Amino acid sequence: MTTPILRLENVKKSFGQKHVLKGVDLEVQRGESLVVLGGSGSGKSVMLKNALGLMTPNDGKIFFDGEDVTKSTGKTRAKMRERIGMLFQSGALFDSLTVWENVSFRLLQADRMRRKDAKERAIETLKKVRLGADVADLYPAEISGGMQKRVSLARSIISKPDLIFFDEPTTGLDPITADAINDLIIEQVRSLGAAAVSITHDMASARKIADNIAMLYEGKIIWHGPADIIDNSGNDYVDQFVHGRADGPIQPAI
Amino acid sequence: MNYSQGSEIVSNASTRKRGFPNPLQWIGAASLGLFSEVGRLFIFFLKVMATAFTPRWYVAQVWKQMVNIGFYSLPVVGLSAVFIGAALALNIYEGGSRYGAEQFVPSIVVLGITRELGATITGLMLAGRVSAGISAEIGAMRVTEQIDALETLSASPFRYLYAPRFLAAIIALPLLVLVADIIGIMGGWLVSVYALDFDSTTYIRNTMDFLTNNDVIVGLIKAVVFGAVIATMGCYQGDRSEAGATGVGRAATLAMVGAAVLVLATNYIMSTLFVEIGL
Repeated sequence: MTTPILRLENVKKSFGQKHVLKGVDLEVQRGESLVVLGGSGSGKSVMLKNALGLMTPNDGKIFFDGEDVTKSTGKTRAKMRERIGMLFQSGALFDSLTVWENVSFRLLQADRMRRKDAKERAIETLKKVRLGADVADLYPAEISGGMQKRVSLARSIISKPDLIFFDEPTTGLDPITADAINDLIIEQVRSLGAAAVSITHDMASARKIADNIAMLYEGKIIWHGPADIIDNSGNDYVDQFVHGRADGPIQPAI
Repeated sequence: MNYSQGSEIVSNASTRKRGFPNPLQWIGAASLGLFSEVGRLFIFFLKVMATAFTPRWYVAQVWKQMVNIGFYSLPVVGLSAVFIGAALALNIYEGGSRYGAEQFVPSIVVLGITRELGATITGLMLAGRVSAGISAEIGAMRVTEQIDALETLSASPFRYLYAPRFLAAIIALPLLVLVADIIGIMGGWLVSVYALDFDSTTYIRNTMDFLTNNDVIVGLIKAVVFGAVIATMGCYQGDRSEAGATGVGRAATLAMVGAAVLVLATNYIMSTLFVEIGL
């Protein structure tokens, strides 16, 4: 069996007395598209931030391509991040930079590419997410929410990463735009041959982009299996979530 | 970690018993909270210093911040300085006339402006305009995940955001203080010549004769420290900003108030030190 691109081993994370992750175990293989489902406040974003190195777990280990990166710093962490792309829920585009500067930020700052070359690469990448060169010189505030998501997607794929994280990629978008984003995610992840970890509670999105699905509940992965058996998981929690029922073992977060 | 412990103590103190908390417990919790806050701020300051004075420097970012902090502060600094200089001259004249010492107006104005008021007024004005602005900008970036995005794109927020603001502030503040000194002295001259019937040539000669290099240097040293204080407070509060408009607003207020108090406190400490060493 090949080394998974990402492995979380008994990862725990607490904030004061609040235990958010209570021992998460997860593996992502190369080229796999894994969707992590979970209700609001289930710890999906915290798990993702730990995997990205934006937070350090209280306990447990995180391996990237077989290397323990749980407490890595400096060059090791930078090297890991060169191989990771991330699409944030809000897009997280830099307001003060133009669209092309946002897309090629890593090329300009980390790789120190010439601006002319970086702009060409940015426009080339924008085309991959169906955006024309005419948006390159606009600022994020001047484009729509759906376009911002596409720009963010372009930014996450420009350096041809081995692993891409998607944090609620379709949140806040209308169903048609959301579906277009899902298509772009599938297309780009496949063309790069990258692994993808998406966290969402949008079932339509999960069904479309996932090879495998994991469910996070109360800080633990309670189910993990192929996406095509999600409707027959045999797990009451998954069933309730997939069918969006208020009745069941999961209490609504209200 | 210390912060969490401090918070728990505060929380316990206030929630264990409903009603008035135990005063000793409250004082203890507040003291622990204060010490841990000071500690965190100091560590943040050291980290900003360490990144500001080691490569790599984002020169374009430093320049952009210098324009923002220095150039766009010129009107507020200039206007404040002219009024302070004018008011100072009037008050010194009023006080001096009680002892027949009106002739000391030029020398006391120039001394007060260069050693004290030029730097302090500039520091206070920029605590409001710049520190709050930096804090709001960084706070908004924090709550919209832009700072997380920076890290995932292999750019350190300390190197890309905080160090340029720190460097820009410690370079721009002395330049602004020089401007404030000149305009402040001019404010005193305007009032003295046009309202108090001083002779213009004599006023200027007295000013120049009394002024020493040390007086100007003292103000400039203070300006560098104020620049460091203003930028650090803005970045620190912004970095710690909590989610939502309230969180960002609170961060901006804390940055402004904290920077203003620290400007006045460090000013007193430096004035004492300079008097002691005869500068």
